[in-house]
Amino acid sequence: MFNRIMVPVDLAHVDKLERALRCAADLAQHYGATLVYVGVAAATPGSVAHTPQEFAQKMADFAAGQAQARGVTAEGLALTSHDPTTDLDPTLLRAIEETGADLVVMASHVPNLTDYIWPSNGGTVAKRAKVSVMVVR
Amino acid sequence: MTDTSASQGIPEPEGSSQIIETDYEIGQDNIETRIGPFGLDIHNPVFVVSGACIIAFVFYTLALPEQAGAAFSWMFSAVTKGFDWFFLSAANIFVLFCLLLIVLPVGSVRLGGAEATPDYSYIGWFAMLFAAGMGIGLMFYGVSEPMSHFASSIGGTAAEDGARTDWAPLGAAAGDEQAAIRLAFAATIFHWGLHPWAIYAVVALALALFSYNKGLPLTIRSAFYPILGDRVWGWPGHVIDILAVFATLFGLATSLGFGATQANAGLNELFGVPVGSTTEVILISVITAVALISVVRGLDGGVKVLSEINMGLAALLLLFVLFAGPTIAILTGFVDYLAAYLTYLPALSNPVGRDDTNFMQGWTSFYWAWWISWSPFVGMFIARVSRGRTVREFIICVLLIPSLVCVLWMSVFGGVAIQQVVQDGYTAAQEAPLELKLFKMLDGLPLAAITSFIGIILVIVFFVTSSDSGSLVIDTITAGGKVDAPVPQRVFWCIFEGAVAIVLLLSAGGLQSLQSMVISTGLPFTIVLLAMCVAIWKGLQAERRAL
Repeated sequence: MFNRIMVPVDLAHVDKLERALRCAADLAQHYGATLVYVGVAAATPGSVAHTPQEFAQKMADFAAGQAQARGVTAEGLALTSHDPTTDLDPTLLRAIEETGADLVVMASHVPNLTDYIWPSNGGTVAKRAKVSVMVVR
Repeated sequence: MTDTSASQGIPEPEGSSQIIETDYEIGQDNIETRIGPFGLDIHNPVFVVSGACIIAFVFYTLALPEQAGAAFSWMFSAVTKGFDWFFLSAANIFVLFCLLLIVLPVGSVRLGGAEATPDYSYIGWFAMLFAAGMGIGLMFYGVSEPMSHFASSIGGTAAEDGARTDWAPLGAAAGDEQAAIRLAFAATIFHWGLHPWAIYAVVALALALFSYNKGLPLTIRSAFYPILGDRVWGWPGHVIDILAVFATLFGLATSLGFGATQANAGLNELFGVPVGSTTEVILISVITAVALISVVRGLDGGVKVLSEINMGLAALLLLFVLFAGPTIAILTGFVDYLAAYLTYLPALSNPVGRDDTNFMQGWTSFYWAWWISWSPFVGMFIARVSRGRTVREFIICVLLIPSLVCVLWMSVFGGVAIQQVVQDGYTAAQEAPLELKLFKMLDGLPLAAITSFIGIILVIVFFVTSSDSGSLVIDTITAGGKVDAPVPQRVFWCIFEGAVAIVLLLSAGGLQSLQSMVISTGLPFTIVLLAMCVAIWKGLQAERRAL
């Protein structure tokens, strides 16, 4: 049913992603799909990586680690954005096209007051994406 | 400096460059927390200390306005008068340093590694650096500065007890109209041309180099790594960053206040809107609201779009004034003024043994301190958008092109205003107060109602583009160099900036005294900038070796 499952990840907060990562891996096993982990960062040095290349390397390593630990096939994709705080949603939506994913599994927080002003990334992606989106809370 | 080849640790930026290896992890001092529903990711202690200091200073100026005013204006005159030679010499060094980087082989080093591609097109990049860097000054001084120098030059010199009491540049040009015009433009262009942009270029280049090529966080302290080593991550670095936040926020807040005054004067002239604090508070609120939308939309969707609109409008107004005014005279003037600038440049930039003390201290030294106090903000913003350019390309575009645009702007606006006085005997602009000169000059041209309206919009948009880029810069510094801090933080700084401006505007003399204080921060930052030149040089040598 699904061939490529895209999983947006924030390498600075992997601890908060466990449910989404496990869920995505289970689905991938069930459908025999490939996981594509997608990370977005600015080109400026940040807490995860100092350069876009280092970031790409870390995403690839992360994917390899996940593939081994969970027994699935996985790839990593690192994307660069000028202003990740505000450009995350459009960048992820573009990534869906680029990766050819047919399902997105992403973690999100339980909605609160600020979601009325700034909708969660999971919410926005689910609203705009043309493919199925599963938001894990 | 503990440079290490890429194979030993962190992978290279695109192509060869020399990453600095340090145990510091970006964001290690940050606190990630939630206040109510708002997520925060702030640097400890830079965020808290700078916020608290700003509030304390605002209270001080409000509670003891006279005492604070006296203290700040004493500090201001001590700095600009006592250290005039230092400001002038330092600015000359920055210009020469930048020009050298264009011609030397190190100019081929690319920011972000040898194979990095530019983040922005030339138009978008240029619009952003111009809107952040010059902004409102062009609107405020475009007409008034050439006219002031013209009037003082033609008035000749005056002396009392062997000291000059007039404000004319150099030896003045008593009674000689043509010579006075040339001298007036040489002096104006001197203040808006190579020197200010060299100041910005030095800061921007230092930050871009140490961030994109060396892997250090995008904050002011990173440029000190070659000098301070790992101590930059401790208190010496905190102090540098806090000072930068301070200078940026107060610089923006005072400009917001003055800009509101000019926009208000224009609105009064055009629509009879009453002049007073109510209108000005509304104006600051509107400017802040638009800036807020811009920062929430982000760098590409907000700041860049506004900067491009800004540049388009400015170009429109410039072309209109050029063609509605005496076109041929202005264009020949442009060439003539540029030549005058080059002729007078050595004398104007000479730091010692001058007798035009008032001009040198009250104009030049004031301007240099002012540009330098703005340089952390403008420099950091330019750095943020300049990845992928070579050093040579970077300097040409940050130093030479904006300088030429400024020359053109001043020649057109000031040129028309002076022609109005000299040729037509139209003296309305000459007699008007500072904030009205632009609108009175436009009055002397056709379609004044429309162009004045565009003028007011431009004043406001110029402020929005300074306010939004400033908020992003402060947000990045107070998040320890992280550019992906949560949105509520940049919203906080943007609102805080507007609030400080309003509070200062409502207190008598609050704006003036704080402007004096901001300019006084120019002195420590001059030393910072000189150190940056050394750091850039060292950093570029290492990059060259890596090629």
